Amino acid sequence: MPAIDLSTTPLRELNQSLHALAEGNNETEWEVLNPDGRHAVAVGIDAPVSVDIRGPVGYYCGGMNKQATVTVHGSAGPGVAENMMSGKVVIKGDVSQYAGATGRGGMLVVEGNAASRCGISMKGIDIVVKGSIGHMSAFMAQTGNLVVLGDAGDALGDSIYEARLFVRGNVQSLGADCVEKEMRDEHLELLEDLLQRSGITGVKPSEFRRYGSARKLYNFNIDNADAY
Amino acid sequence: MSYHNPPTTPRKSATFDDYTLSEIRRAATTGIYDIRGAGAKRKLPHFDDLLFLGASMSRYPLEGYREKCSTEVVLGTRFAKKPIHLKIPITIAGMSFGALSGNAKEALGRGANIAGTSTTTGDGGMTPEERGHSKTLVYQYLPSRYGMNPDDLRKADAIEIVVGQGAKPGGGGMLLGQKISDRVAEMRTLPKGIDQRSACRHPDWTGPDDLEIKILELREITDWEKPIYIKVGGARPYYDVALAVKAGADVVVVDGMQGGTAATQEVFIEHVGQPTLACIRPAVQALQDLGMHRKVQLIVSGGIRNGADVAKALALGADAVAIGSAALVALGDNDPALESEYQALGTTAGAYDDWHEGRDPAGITTQDPKLATRLDAELAGRRLANYLKVMTLEAQTIARACGHNHVHNLEPEDLCALTIEAAAMARVPLAGTSWIPGQGL
Ligand SMILES: Cc1cc2nc3c(=O)[nH]c(=O)nc-3n(C[C@H](O)[C@H](O)[C@H](O)COP(=O)(O)O)c2cc1C
Repeated sequence: MPAIDLSTTPLRELNQSLHALAEGNNETEWEVLNPDGRHAVAVGIDAPVSVDIRGPVGYYCGGMNKQATVTVHGSAGPGVAENMMSGKVVIKGDVSQYAGATGRGGMLVVEGNAASRCGISMKGIDIVVKGSIGHMSAFMAQTGNLVVLGDAGDALGDSIYEARLFVRGNVQSLGADCVEKEMRDEHLELLEDLLQRSGITGVKPSEFRRYGSARKLYNFNIDNADAY
Repeated sequence: MSYHNPPTTPRKSATFDDYTLSEIRRAATTGIYDIRGAGAKRKLPHFDDLLFLGASMSRYPLEGYREKCSTEVVLGTRFAKKPIHLKIPITIAGMSFGALSGNAKEALGRGANIAGTSTTTGDGGMTPEERGHSKTLVYQYLPSRYGMNPDDLRKADAIEIVVGQGAKPGGGGMLLGQKISDRVAEMRTLPKGIDQRSACRHPDWTGPDDLEIKILELREITDWEKPIYIKVGGARPYYDVALAVKAGADVVVVDGMQGGTAATQEVFIEHVGQPTLACIRPAVQALQDLGMHRKVQLIVSGGIRNGADVAKALALGADAVAIGSAALVALGDNDPALESEYQALGTTAGAYDDWHEGRDPAGITTQDPKLATRLDAELAGRRLANYLKVMTLEAQTIARACGHNHVHNLEPEDLCALTIEAAAMARVPLAGTSWIPGQGL
């Protein structure tokens, strides 16, 4: 198992080694030591490998990930797993703003809490947060699923499109055009699957409420001007 | 004798002119602000207000057609492992697939290839056709991130982070439901037929300090190969350019208020931002103050129409220019040959700007397959190439006349201004005087 120590190896070398991995390579388990809050750690990977990062990371860890499983044994700064395409990013600690921003696929699991704008502009990613999320989360969220076991801050799902939001705790307030929606069987099944895939046990899908778009802002109407 | 009151000529108000009155009636009827394409239509201080002095006793000219006057440009020499090499200092600006038909994008690529320059994607992502038909393609990184993915990022020859556009500094994108075809909807991961409100701020960074880290991430993802541009609208060019350099840009694009757009509120287009002419010197000043002029390249856009405009922008310190509207006209936009169809749309050739409605008779700003096939991509590409070559020849003609063997050697000292406003903005003397307003004595 290659172990790369960022206190002695330049970041560029780590990322380039990870990019050089073609499918079917032998080095499938990587370890990163002493990340010390560095930015852009393990970004742009496109191979089915696992990368374990021992410590906290700065901005954009796991950015644009494809296929890989990136685990941060610590907390992560802003924009973790931004624009992820596939694979999985797991954060053992808390995450800062814009977690999973614009993500198009794969799964982001946050074991702690997420700050504001979690899942902003998400485009297909699944995000599961075991703790709570901050204000303006799922702003302009297009598709994908956001699951929150704790509470959600103000203006959840503002200007949301077709993403599905599931919150188990309290929602401080809903943003423009976001409404509570009926939890049907298909949603319970989906939620069951998301919980299972993120390794969560002892929590039932029926404990959640579902939120999504009222679709009132989809085509311009002057009488909704206050909401634009 | 009966008292006779002689009639006066009916007089319309200069303040409440016909256009203003029609706009009040339009707003009252529809209850929505006017949305349109193209750039500012009002008269603004512009390149026409500048003149070249030419060579004379103190400077000698180069022989046209014999003595070489080079035009090539290298963009992205600061950090990128693979800078871009262009044959001419004129690039094709970012225009989205969605705003433009696939055919129009193909035509832009074909024309740019022949002329030896680059094209740019837009809000909506990269299409395979576009990549295939553009030898050098700049991939835009926009707030909406529609279609953004690492594969296209790596396929691109450069990355342009869009902070703003001259037509709407501080505004987001807009693509109305009429133009959201199945393909456009799929590329943007949104339902068909809904209005798309692209965000005006990036979702995962705010401010130049964050942007510096964002640029680091993009460089790491692409192994430091690609030049990274930052595009700003003409708002506060001195500070915007200085901060773009600080954030780590290889190239800065400054787009003045005449810059075209696919669809924006009329009030935004006409009332926000500074004219292109007013943006160039502050932008160059910022680069010079940081010791980065010619190290970080400057591309200027917004109302570039001919080789004289190109030469003037370069003389004021730009490394290259970008064109949007003019390229569309070269392809066939607003062609008088289609006058009867423009009339049917309630407009006239030269004035058609309802590009957001997707009913373009020229087949350029549309997603209607029937209209789009009217544009012959090969022929239109050829027309664009011709136009680019003419512009380049014109700029060379002027540069030679001023005694320069590369268009980049044009300088402010080659210019004078026809108006006090232009003299102040371009920081060159008013014609016939040594007076540069705003520079003291
Ligand atoms: C039809 C059309 C679509 C455009 N789409 C974009 C876009 O997606 N992203 C962007 O940064 N600028 C866009 N622009 C602005 C151009 O990139 C460029 O800044 C402008 O056209 C330059 O001014 P000019 O039209 O006077 O040459 C668009 C312009 C037009 C005319």
